[in-house]
Amino acid sequence: MSTTGKVHLPTGQEALEKKGWFGAHKYLVLRRLSQAFFLLLFLLGPWFGIWWVQGNLAGSMTFGFLPLNDPLILAQMMAAGHWPETTALIGGLIVLVAYALIGGRVYCSWVCPINPVTDAAHWLHVKLGLQKGWQPKRSARLWILATVLIVSALTGTIAWEVINPVTMVHRGLVFGMGFVWALVAAIFVFDLIVARRGWCGHVCPVGAFYGLVGAKSLLRVSAVRRDACDDCMDCYEVCPENQVISPALRGKGASTPLILSPDCTNCGRCIDVCAMDVFAFTHRFDDHVETPPDAATDGRPREKTAA
Amino acid sequence: MAAATPSTVNRRRFLTDSARMAAGCAVAGSLLAYVTRDARALPDQALRPPGALPEDDFLAACIRCGLCVRDCPYDTLTLAALGEDGPATGTPFFTARDVPCEMCDDIPCVAACPTGALDKDLTDIEDARMGTAVLVDQENCLNFLGLRCDVCYRVCPMIDEAITLDVRHNERSGHHAIFAPTVHAAACTGCGICEKKCVLPEAAIKVLPVRLARGAPAEHYRKGWEEKDAKGAPVVEGIIDLPDRLPGPGTDNLAAPGGYEPGLGAVDGSAGGFRPTFQLPEVRQ
Repeated sequence: MSTTGKVHLPTGQEALEKKGWFGAHKYLVLRRLSQAFFLLLFLLGPWFGIWWVQGNLAGSMTFGFLPLNDPLILAQMMAAGHWPETTALIGGLIVLVAYALIGGRVYCSWVCPINPVTDAAHWLHVKLGLQKGWQPKRSARLWILATVLIVSALTGTIAWEVINPVTMVHRGLVFGMGFVWALVAAIFVFDLIVARRGWCGHVCPVGAFYGLVGAKSLLRVSAVRRDACDDCMDCYEVCPENQVISPALRGKGASTPLILSPDCTNCGRCIDVCAMDVFAFTHRFDDHVETPPDAATDGRPREKTAA
Repeated sequence: MAAATPSTVNRRRFLTDSARMAAGCAVAGSLLAYVTRDARALPDQALRPPGALPEDDFLAACIRCGLCVRDCPYDTLTLAALGEDGPATGTPFFTARDVPCEMCDDIPCVAACPTGALDKDLTDIEDARMGTAVLVDQENCLNFLGLRCDVCYRVCPMIDEAITLDVRHNERSGHHAIFAPTVHAAACTGCGICEKKCVLPEAAIKVLPVRLARGAPAEHYRKGWEEKDAKGAPVVEGIIDLPDRLPGPGTDNLAAPGGYEPGLGAVDGSAGGFRPTFQLPEVRQ
């Protein structure tokens, strides 16, 4: 085991040494910037009186002509028996098309204001070395999504908006918090103690919805240089949906190196944390696999020979 | 031994898992349904923006985006904050006593609504029915005390239509008038300016939701005098004029159609009165 010396290194340590801090945190930093950017866009008005964007994540109007609407809310609205006006339909369509192209769950990792909360909970969870706790099936969120639509239809209301922490936190920050902080605390505690990666990974129907939206998205992560993988497992460690990695990374021969699971949030953390630069962003039709010329001469035990 | 084949095991696992998920979702869904039902109770002092659909439909249509709030030039509207304000969290409302609706001609809040929760069919703000003003406290209303406050009447954007001053005799002083502010619901938009401007520490006129403010006539009710005017003649031919009950105590004060007779009344016989047609039998002492 001591031949590699990597087994006992903390997650991401090797990438840190090899690529430097920014290289090993590039997409994490970009993601936080993106989250802050989308929040700030909405806060420019209430804080600085610059009304480029009005509204919140549920529905907004940019520069007075670009409507954007949450399509899941519109779906619940239709289930509840109200047909939205054209403005909301157009806004919902724009959002649908955008996420269908760049990856539905890009919403989760690059925009959603709950993501920093659950990421923080996970960071502390790892720091404290807690048990992973309650882990319902990943499909639970799809069941919850269906339930939300059924309850909307039965009660004639946009049901999930009564408790949806995503829009509530965003609305809270832009319009006034009330007791939304208690909701944030509840999700933090849930992810910290009850279920590791519980909210975003198992429960949230918004994420499930966007996963479906982006099921055929263009932008994908690919394990392009999977032959260079040295089995350090760091990508599995940082990935919030690590069931998506194996089919791409462990695939052999002609199997695609693309991570095609709709669960992948395109967060790019696997790219950051990989010292061997196995992963890269690409499009879903680019399924080429690179074989690094130095892979064999590098002295490291390869996947096939390590055991 | 079909039970041992992998496909049977998989099927069994699939069915068990599905049943478990379905049951869990039924429980969670019931809770969610309960919470949405609970959220439907709109507090009486919370008024929806102009053009808002009836509350049940409103909660199917409002996405709580706050665009109506942003486009309100008077900062009348706010989004209900979780756990602080009564209305369903995140939905727009206003409290008349804090900031009433100024009834903009172009109704920017309705124009801003992307979903139709605020109905675009409302094109004339005077057709808005956010609630109905009710003079809830005649005992403290200055006008009802015989003073000439008149503020609610003066500030009403629908002056002389939604609020009129109805002159009546001031029984207390005996020789003054009471200018009673009287709301006419058919013209009242529920903007709340009267409630806002009422000079009392607690407003004597309040805007209430229409369901609280108003009764409703039964479908089959016909007003005889209207029918008579419409027909130009009595609705029923040869109607018998029944005795009328007069004000005052007792049960024998019924007056014949003959009406008032001088010298009949009180004990000393000086005043006139009505001759009762029907008398109760003498009560034995």
